[in-house]
Amino acid sequence: MNKKNKNNFTNDQLLKFYEKMFLIRKFEEKAAQLYGAGKIGGFCHLYIGQEAVVTGILSSINSEDTVITAYRDHGHILARGVDPKLVMAELTGRKDGISKGKGGSMHMFSKANRFYGGHGIVGAQVPLGVGIGFAHKYRNEKKISRVYLGDGAMSNGQVFEAFNLASLWELPVLFIIENNKYGMGTSIGRSAAGGELYERATVFGIKGEKVDGMNFFNVSESAIRGREYIEKNSKPYIIEMDTYRFRGHSMSDPGLYRTKDEVNKMKEIDPVLMMKETLLNDYNIQEDMIKDIESDIKKQIKDVEKFSLESPLPDLKELYTEVYL
Amino acid sequence: MKILLPALSPTMETGNLVKWLVKEGDSVVSGDILAEIETDKATMELESPDDGKVEKILVKEGTENISVNTEIALLKVDGEEIEEIPEKPIAKSPQVSSNASEPLSSEVNISMNSLLNQTKENSGGKNWSEKEISMREALNQAIEEEMILDEDVFLLGEEVAEYDGAYKVTQGLLDKFGSKRVLDTPISEHGFTGLAIGAAMAGLKPICEFMTFNFSMQAIDQIVNSAAKSLYMSGGEINVPIVFRGPNGAAARVGAQHSQCFISWFSHIPGLIVIAPSNARDAKGLLKSSIRNPNPVVFLEHELLYKEKTKVPEENDFLIPIGKGNLIKEGKDVTIIGFSMTVQRILNALPSIEKLGISPDIIDLRSIKPLDEELIYNSVKKTNRVVIVEDGFGNTSFGSHLSYLIQSNCFDFLDSEIIKVSGKDVPMPYAENLEKLALPNTDEIVSAVKKVSYIN
Repeated sequence: MNKKNKNNFTNDQLLKFYEKMFLIRKFEEKAAQLYGAGKIGGFCHLYIGQEAVVTGILSSINSEDTVITAYRDHGHILARGVDPKLVMAELTGRKDGISKGKGGSMHMFSKANRFYGGHGIVGAQVPLGVGIGFAHKYRNEKKISRVYLGDGAMSNGQVFEAFNLASLWELPVLFIIENNKYGMGTSIGRSAAGGELYERATVFGIKGEKVDGMNFFNVSESAIRGREYIEKNSKPYIIEMDTYRFRGHSMSDPGLYRTKDEVNKMKEIDPVLMMKETLLNDYNIQEDMIKDIESDIKKQIKDVEKFSLESPLPDLKELYTEVYL
Repeated sequence: MKILLPALSPTMETGNLVKWLVKEGDSVVSGDILAEIETDKATMELESPDDGKVEKILVKEGTENISVNTEIALLKVDGEEIEEIPEKPIAKSPQVSSNASEPLSSEVNISMNSLLNQTKENSGGKNWSEKEISMREALNQAIEEEMILDEDVFLLGEEVAEYDGAYKVTQGLLDKFGSKRVLDTPISEHGFTGLAIGAAMAGLKPICEFMTFNFSMQAIDQIVNSAAKSLYMSGGEINVPIVFRGPNGAAARVGAQHSQCFISWFSHIPGLIVIAPSNARDAKGLLKSSIRNPNPVVFLEHELLYKEKTKVPEENDFLIPIGKGNLIKEGKDVTIIGFSMTVQRILNALPSIEKLGISPDIIDLRSIKPLDEELIYNSVKKTNRVVIVEDGFGNTSFGSHLSYLIQSNCFDFLDSEIIKVSGKDVPMPYAENLEKLALPNTDEIVSAVKKVSYIN
């Protein structure tokens, strides 16, 4: 029996989305562990708590659509279908990493999977993503450029230049604000004046909305609305996702800017657990099926870990390659 | 009242009288359009400065190369006596120049064209069909030819389309290619530069014009962090085939925020190619190579060189390879190295240098990065003495790095210290005399050559 959902996903499809969410969660937990063990260095920004956003958006994506995001990118590249082994090996800085160990956590790309990074400068990915949308339109491709940005980027000047250009030139761009309430340690209330963040784009004539980003189904419905709007009107669209990160800004964040109570309260609406409960309660999906998926993922993560630690360090000659083509 | 040909832009020295819109005997009021004047940048309207009657037209329409401040008409203003002025032929008066910088090569003994003619062509040795055109036209040709050859090439920037380019480099391209491929942007460097880089990541080949490179500072993060580093960070997955181009360095009396050479800035960054041509021929061949290059290229032009002419091949397969310098004059006593505008400064100093009995090798680097080290070292090993001339601030400059490279690669061949003639470490002043003082000049170049040659 299949409860009617607006997107008419089959149970099989829903299980695939759950599998993706669970993969991201377990991948990130493993990354945290490896960071703690000194196997991952530098900055490492985890996606834990925000899984419903990337998975919900994924449910609306045509396979040819392109994606670009900032530095909290592990979940995004996994959602785009890149082998988790290559992603983890990048985090451990190894030869087999998706960027050959030369990019790191914040700089991962895959043209084959239409994933354009992985950018470390807050806001910079937004004009870049608008440019990818420009290329789609220039070549008459029926593709949408999906551009993710955080609440912190919404106060960065180039983002508004990019909104203006996207709207002025009527580019096929879906902007997705992942509003997780904190730009590093500064709460949204201390950094952004005025009303809702997405409304800042509406002054450029960009239509948009704000949705519950902890709920896969809400995200998915809004993303499909966004896609249909862009396809029908050949204009950009913006969705603000109300979401939350359960971990710190990065692994080196002591988290003194928010209370444990606040974090625990948000964990009551854990997107992965909520998705699981919805599938069990409303879609009549058997617990065994979910358990099978979860144990497969856990096994897979073990292989991912092993691969990422056994892959050799990059050859020293790699230092001077790929500076120029 | 005398109507003089006005200076209608900071770099205008002469203009063409395209058309008179009034005739002798017409009454005019202040602000009426008297004539259309073509400047080095655009066609402008000349307004009547007062109410009165057009007494006499002194310069016929269609006349070209009229010097600024030439009398072109007489206006009878009420209550003012007109003095009789005999008609005289219009010729470019050598003493009148609105340009505060040194005279250019066309006005000194040694022309760039004659040197280029003597130089062995290092772009295939073909017999090209050549025409004498300005650097402005050469750049325009390069863009047009590459846009015809490759649909993925497009042009964007401020005023590049409907206005025909702030410096006329992109004149006519909108008409030829339409608004899909020639795009006027808002005054939004950070945004449109990022957009262009994103489009390049997705496979297009943008030519991103900065009205001047001073404005590229608004977008420096995108150039350095997004364009230059993506290939490396992605392990070779994402290349950025883009050309950033526009005028760089000091033009004429436009003050500190519009007069800076950014060669040292961009050449500091791994992943960027940096080009700085000194003449029309190189500009065309190098811009075409830059557009075809799969890497981000910073193509630094110079406003004062836009009008300078040399012979330029008309064929669309004429290319000058990136990374090749040009020994534009062969000598034996000292190696003088320049690029972009400083090549002109060196040529201006050449007669004085030759008067000293010194015969220099003059190297025009053309490519700053990659650098033609072989050409430089071979020359230094022959002459044993080096003078480097750069317009940029001397502190932590490209010239400093170049002198480091020479001393570490040619240490045993040097008979003297290396001297670097740089721009002074001050924001560019506005006043004519101070601006001149801030830039490298003939005396400084000659003194440097004397010093490395141990001549008092």
